[in-house]
Amino acid sequence: MILLTDTPIDLAAALAHVQTGSAGAVDVFIGTVRNQTAQKRVVRLEYEAYAPMALKKMESLAAEARRRWPVERLALIHRVGVLEIGEAAVVIAVSTPHRAEAFEACRWLIDTLKDVVPIWKKEVFEDGDVWVAAHA
Amino acid sequence: MPERYAEKRFAGYFCTMAQTLTIALFGVARDIVGASTLTLPAQKQFTVGQLLERLRADYPRFTELRSLLVAVNQEYAETPQLIRAGDEIALIPPVAGG
Repeated sequence: MILLTDTPIDLAAALAHVQTGSAGAVDVFIGTVRNQTAQKRVVRLEYEAYAPMALKKMESLAAEARRRWPVERLALIHRVGVLEIGEAAVVIAVSTPHRAEAFEACRWLIDTLKDVVPIWKKEVFEDGDVWVAAHA
Repeated sequence: MPERYAEKRFAGYFCTMAQTLTIALFGVARDIVGASTLTLPAQKQFTVGQLLERLRADYPRFTELRSLLVAVNQEYAETPQLIRAGDEIALIPPVAGG
C-alpha cells in the first residue's frame, strides 16, 4: 500500500493491510505534526509533493526494503496539503516474521524517505513561515 | 561514460531544433521564481549542470539553498546528463518529508 493523500491517513486501514498470518511482528511509525520547533510555536504545516516522482521513489524504497528484509506486507503513506497540530503526516507499517526485521525495515524506510522522496514541508508560525531544511 | 555517449549522439538533433524547456518548481524553488513552472528557450543542447548554472544566474537566491537538484523524467540527474526534448524536468530543492 503506497499512497499520497490529501485527507487524513487511515491508520486502521494501513494496519489491516500489513497484518498477515505469517507475520509475527508489525512495526508502525507515525510522523506527527509538532506544535513547536526551536522554541517557536508552529500553527500548522503545509506539505507538497512532486507526486509522480514521490510515488515512484516510495515504490523503489518498498522494493529495496523487500530485498533487505523478509517483509510480508508494508504500507507507506504520506499526507500532503495543510496539516494541523497532532495530525499524522506519514505512516509506515511493516510486517515481518520476527520483530527485529520489522523495527529495522521501518526505521530504514522513514530515514530514507526523508532523504530522497520529493516532498516539501512549510512550517507556518504566527508571524511568518519557512520551508523546512531549505537553507544551510 | 553513458552521458558522453548520449551527448554525442543527440548533439546534432538539439542544434537544429528550437525547443522550449518547461521546468516544474516546488517548495522554496516555486517561491523564489514566483511561479509553479518556468519555461526557457532551449535552442541548443543543455546539460543538467548548465541548466543549474543558468538558473543560479537568473535567480541568485538559488545559491542560498542547502542543495538544488534536477530530476529528469522523475529520476535524480547528475550534472553531465543531457536534457532532451520532451524530458520531464523538475527542480528539487532540499526535501523535507516525514
